[in-house]
Amino acid sequence: MAFPSRAWAWLRRNALPIYAGLAVAYMLIPIVVIAVFSFGATPKGKLTFGLDNGFTTEYWRSAFSLPDLNEALFTSLRLAVLATAISTVIGTLMAIALVRHRFRGRRLTNLLIVIPMATPEVVIGASLLSMFIYYSFALGFGTLLIAHVMFSISFVVVVVRSRLIGFDRHLEEAAADLGATPLATFRTVTLPLLAPGIMAAALLAFSLSIDDFVISNFNSGTTVTFPLYVYGVSLRGVPVQVNVLATMLFGLIAVAVSLVLWQQRRAEKMASVRPEQEGAPIPMPGAAVAT
Amino acid sequence: MTWRGRLVPYWLLAPGLLWLVVFFVVPMYFMGELALRSGSLISGYTFDWAWSNFPDSLSGHTEQIVRSFYYAGTATLLALLIAYPLAYAIAFRAGRYKALLLFAVIAPFFTTYLIRTIAWKTILSDSSPVVSVLQTLSLVPPDGRVLATSGAVIAGLTYNFLPFMILPLYANLERLDLRLIEAAKDLYSSSRQAFLKVTLPLTMPGIVAGVLLTFIPAFGDYVNAQILGGTGQAMVGNVIQSLYLNQRNYPEAAALSFLMMALILAIVMVYIRFAGTGAFMGDEEESA
Repeated sequence: MAFPSRAWAWLRRNALPIYAGLAVAYMLIPIVVIAVFSFGATPKGKLTFGLDNGFTTEYWRSAFSLPDLNEALFTSLRLAVLATAISTVIGTLMAIALVRHRFRGRRLTNLLIVIPMATPEVVIGASLLSMFIYYSFALGFGTLLIAHVMFSISFVVVVVRSRLIGFDRHLEEAAADLGATPLATFRTVTLPLLAPGIMAAALLAFSLSIDDFVISNFNSGTTVTFPLYVYGVSLRGVPVQVNVLATMLFGLIAVAVSLVLWQQRRAEKMASVRPEQEGAPIPMPGAAVAT
Repeated sequence: MTWRGRLVPYWLLAPGLLWLVVFFVVPMYFMGELALRSGSLISGYTFDWAWSNFPDSLSGHTEQIVRSFYYAGTATLLALLIAYPLAYAIAFRAGRYKALLLFAVIAPFFTTYLIRTIAWKTILSDSSPVVSVLQTLSLVPPDGRVLATSGAVIAGLTYNFLPFMILPLYANLERLDLRLIEAAKDLYSSSRQAFLKVTLPLTMPGIVAGVLLTFIPAFGDYVNAQILGGTGQAMVGNVIQSLYLNQRNYPEAAALSFLMMALILAIVMVYIRFAGTGAFMGDEEESA
């Protein structure tokens, strides 16, 4: 009976990692399913589970063969790029004001940034639609852009703000001491150091925009975005190409996120290297040759 | 500082504040206005202080409202049970896999929410192996299905909002001073006591933030109920969506949506009163 009790002990010792592993697997299941099914051959109009009908790259080769889907994806990309550009600029300016300045109305501003993030999407969509109905505003790309910028701003502020808080201001002071104007300091010192944070914020805004279904559903009129297309066809059965494009988008965003994270880590490493550290050897050209 | 210098923050804030006021605050006013109208779609809706829309919108949809509390509450509890050990493991036991695990936690955000939910529909569909396993274990009757049940909707909600629970919990746990747990153990507390008397109280802010960030979107959601549920699983979000977009009964839809906003605003304001805006901003420096 030695083995079961030892197994039991092992299980008890590793219960936490096992549980965590299962939880992570649970989070990744649908992503894997989407990717695997993009290679699955499906007989027309029939929904089956798994790759019973064999493995095929047919849908990857014909990924862009559905005109409606292409148009929806293109609309989504255009919308996401525009919404990201606008919300990232506006949000970054707000974050700078909040971290670098003390002013009246700070608390109210914070509240105004936090509350949209805590509001259910259905309420944001419904209230915007109420206003557009009141003014008989034509729904379409314009109203979608308004909505997407609106819900992205808060997230941009949060991300850029957290970068600004851990920001070493000595570098800016040094630039000012060396005679740089405030604008030149901002352009040559602040902005480059803040770039990874701004990139992360832009990436978040982009994925929020390209992902949004609920708010768009209220304010799209006849304009069709990628999620709205998927919703439209979901009752009849989603074409496999959707899985292919979703997998492509996943890969694209995953790579972009990894790059930003890697860049951030590198920036942190560089910031932690201080030449004035006592006892640290100062690298000298030619030193390696001398020894 | 000169008055010119004092204006700088306002210039920086102006575009963002303007956007948020015009497209977030002002629409709430118009939603309230729409909620006080009466009439019909054909004759048009006219404003006449129709206060009765508010009680009517509640009494007409009690079933869906109760269900929303039940579904969102259960999903939040499940998410907490899944997320706490996971966040704990990532914070203290992950070692060099920490970044990779955090990456896995946010990975679902890289695919479209709708497509993820449709993937769950496939996973839980009648012909799927998952359902046969559940049937073999007698968790589901032999001829029973998983799709179009409360269980499927709750599972979908739990899945979709899980990262919102994990991230605040992780942020809180990571800041935890491990010396306090050591101190508890030095004073002869068992692991269990140390957890209940030290770790758990100290991570309460993370738990509360995670619960709010999960419960609020889950309460307002309609995608999971629509895709994974059947006709008997509609939530408040489905009612608002259908009244606005299909039946075009704007006053009732606006009234219901306005009440939902009021409820959530009340919860958030109470929370901010005690904890500040920090948890939503991702840090504790800020207290409003």
